[in-house]
Amino acid sequence: MNLSFFDQFMSPHLMGIPLILISMLFPALLFPTPGNRWITNRLTTLQSWFLHLITKQLLTPLNKNGHKWALILTSLMTLLLTINLLGLLPYTFTPTTQLSMNMALAFPLWLATLLTGLRNQPSASLGHLLPEGTPTPLIPALIMIETTSLLIRPLALGVRLTANLTAGHLLIQLISTATTALLTIMPTISFLTTIILLLLTILEVAVAMIQAYVFVLLLSLYLQENI
Amino acid sequence: VCAAVLLKDMKLMDVKLGQLPSWVAMRDFTPGGIVGAMRRGYDRYYNKYINVKKGGLAGLSMVLAGYVVVSYIWSYSHI
Repeated sequence: MNLSFFDQFMSPHLMGIPLILISMLFPALLFPTPGNRWITNRLTTLQSWFLHLITKQLLTPLNKNGHKWALILTSLMTLLLTINLLGLLPYTFTPTTQLSMNMALAFPLWLATLLTGLRNQPSASLGHLLPEGTPTPLIPALIMIETTSLLIRPLALGVRLTANLTAGHLLIQLISTATTALLTIMPTISFLTTIILLLLTILEVAVAMIQAYVFVLLLSLYLQENI
Repeated sequence: VCAAVLLKDMKLMDVKLGQLPSWVAMRDFTPGGIVGAMRRGYDRYYNKYINVKKGGLAGLSMVLAGYVVVSYIWSYSHI
């Protein structure tokens, strides 16, 4: 019985085609290219407003060089947000619950920020390994700690996204199973569980949006240090 | 004198039932043709429901409902 709760995270196949392929390509359909009109349709207007909002938010702290990263950061943000939110619909598959996908996104981008820093300003980059004003005897230990914290960043980025989404989906499935099971036995408790389920769904929508934002925000922070 | 339209150029709604297999066989099934058909379908939907002055929630909801249905079909054997 316990094992079947994790079945939702296995990508279903139909005639050899995995659903994950469609789930990853589908968000592209939801964002039509704006034409060359001044006043566009409502969907395009909403989309442009949203893109301007996140671009301003993410790129204000970065210097001129960092603005080269605008396209990848905003498209990453949009992709993660769409994938997370689409995963809350019934029967859909969320690719971001797979650690493989999140690590594939986190590791190269983090490595890119690290290599940019090491290449363009090596001493400043390495200087981040030692916070200012540390007492001299503590220096070796602190360098080890800072190096570890630097190297663990991609793992943290990937696992954070995976764990949050997986936990959310599992909780929804567990509580909804409890609600359906209790419906015949104790309808009052079933009603209370439905309230919990509603609150949880609202939380999951919020988590979906927050996690996408945090992922991209942290990447931009790592970029700020290094560019 | 009425000009007869070629079967190849007739729209689907005008094709008689008996002519249907030959009509389907004459369609363009090359990769470029399939992409063209998908592009035409996308443009038709987009211009009818989304690219309008006061588009509503229905345009987007139909796409999402279709996505849910496709996901259900894909996972049917696993349920």
